[in-house]
Amino acid sequence: MTGLTMVRKGHYGAYGGQFVPETLMYPLEELEAAYNDAKADAGFQAELGRLSERYSGRPTPLYHAERLTEAVGRGRIYLKREDLNHTGAHKINNCLGQALLARRMGKNRIIAETGAGQHGVATATVCARLGMECDIYMGEEDMRRQELNVFRMKLLGTRVLPVASGSRTLKDAINESMRDWVTHVRTTYYMLGSVLGPHPYPEMVRDFQSVIGREARAQIMELEGRLPDLLVACVGGGSNSIGLFHPFLDDARVCMVGVEAGGRGPSLGDHAARFSGGRPGVLHGTYSYILQDAAGQIVPTHSVSAGLDYPAIGPEHAALYETGRIVYTSVDDAAALEAFHRLSRLEGIIPALESAHAVAYLSRADIGPDDVVVVNLSGRGDKDVTEVARIEEDGS
Amino acid sequence: MSRIDAKFAELRAAGRKAFIPYLTVGDPDIPTSGDIVLAMEAAGADIIEMGVPFSDPIADGPVIQRATDRALKGDVSLPRILELVRWVRDRSDIPLLAMSYYNPLLSFGLERLGRSAADAGLDGLLATDLTVEESGPFVEAIGGAGLNTVFLAAPTSSPERIASIAETSTGFLYAVSRTGVTGETDALSDELAGFVRRLRRSTGVPVAVGFGISNPEHVRAVWSEADGAVVGSAIVHAIEKAIDEGSTGSETAQRVGALIRWLRGEGEAQPA
Repeated sequence: MTGLTMVRKGHYGAYGGQFVPETLMYPLEELEAAYNDAKADAGFQAELGRLSERYSGRPTPLYHAERLTEAVGRGRIYLKREDLNHTGAHKINNCLGQALLARRMGKNRIIAETGAGQHGVATATVCARLGMECDIYMGEEDMRRQELNVFRMKLLGTRVLPVASGSRTLKDAINESMRDWVTHVRTTYYMLGSVLGPHPYPEMVRDFQSVIGREARAQIMELEGRLPDLLVACVGGGSNSIGLFHPFLDDARVCMVGVEAGGRGPSLGDHAARFSGGRPGVLHGTYSYILQDAAGQIVPTHSVSAGLDYPAIGPEHAALYETGRIVYTSVDDAAALEAFHRLSRLEGIIPALESAHAVAYLSRADIGPDDVVVVNLSGRGDKDVTEVARIEEDGS
Repeated sequence: MSRIDAKFAELRAAGRKAFIPYLTVGDPDIPTSGDIVLAMEAAGADIIEMGVPFSDPIADGPVIQRATDRALKGDVSLPRILELVRWVRDRSDIPLLAMSYYNPLLSFGLERLGRSAADAGLDGLLATDLTVEESGPFVEAIGGAGLNTVFLAAPTSSPERIASIAETSTGFLYAVSRTGVTGETDALSDELAGFVRRLRRSTGVPVAVGFGISNPEHVRAVWSEADGAVVGSAIVHAIEKAIDEGSTGSETAQRVGALIRWLRGEGEAQPA
């Protein structure tokens, strides 16, 4: 089984599409045209490449984690070091691309949502670099959990707008961003941070994040002389995972595992495992797997990791789940916290709690003695240090 | 011909325009919503829009967001809303349009919804986040059950989009008065009259205007160009004030009735 062919525009199998208030169809059509134009423009790609290299620090290393490998006891484990990007996560890959696009479209005000704050920080950073006005919506609960990132965004000259509605997390921040966008649609660019939302976002964000997989592919060929056996990444909305996986989809022998947040347990409301606990529906402009109750109301989610704490998953993931090309599983809070410590002590790398979910999966993965495994270390854990300390002190 | 089609035909013949109030069903509870619907009709409403609450109302401003939260705290669901439609139908022939977001409808099952809604006596459905491109299964199931399928047109819609929206909308076409979410406003957009005329040129379906219509002057201005005026947040806001003051269901309904009379240009002063 391989990658997907898009039969209907903006659809991945049965999933995806454009489910938005009519007012937003104009900017979506405008965005799609501008993106298709930019994609084919060598000048745009060259500028993105230059900024990625000299500003963000790409390519990121593919690092053989020897002590982690030893602890797992099988195979050879490599970490794709997206944590070493400027701003500390893969999010900037997408932000650089979209900000250059917004500038090309003549839109000088950027809005974005953020959960863990990584997308917010990356957006604020890129806006500072390109001299653009920037407003970030963030749930109050996430602002508490990710205080450091709130301060970073403010330092970068961005306004952080607290969202007090609903569960006061990422879902509600997206609601508020969409309301702002629909109101200021002619002048504002909405910089969506994951492979979510209406077409063309899932495709565009995937394209900007696919640099992860393209680099990893070249690097592993150089280091091992062959393709990897297994790719592992955490899945919130799904941008770091699709970024790593996408360039390998047609290589049938490469197995891929997406790791969702198992939270406190399998009851609805206690986790963010969309495939085991959800069913197809429409949220935030796209048809995909969603955590919802019997009446179709979106339910609260829980994860120790703010970046995975979201009730929907990108539509391309939904389609790849159904074709079976990618296997999805989940890791709970406790296992993620344990992996957070383990990677810190074994490799001197403090992972983001999101990425710790991918690392945690290794201890139960089916890895052969000579298997080559690539784990996407999507972000670094500096932002999580206070929250982890709080959890371990309170036990809650 | 649906009750909505018949109502617009009747109004057209009489040279009148439609007044279309909105309420969030279940705010604060279902029996009060029933009282409010009947009070709306008594106060001169021509068609009533019944909001089916959804947890993530991205096209709504703070007033309807708060009403949604209040409604969802109670026991409101699509089956209970259809029971309310049936209750109203036993007492009134007023055309009823349900307005929601797509997910609760999809979750209920579109085929089942078409059958149950027609059976209960609902006349039409509108899903705020359903674009014409994605509307095939909805139109087949809901339109196929004999209900009207109403779609939104926005000031940002291209002529091509307006043409396909006009073709897909039955009963009436809902024109969004401005770019933005629902909510009261001081002044209507300068572009509104031109926008409504563009819609008129491309469709024979009646055009009703909503979003931001908050006082009798707005209603009159909309009536001078379009076939109907939809008022949502101003009414929901009055319901909220009544709830905050501890009013009974019938007091709340009376208050909404007085507001509607004022909005339609019949009351002397704005009700408190």
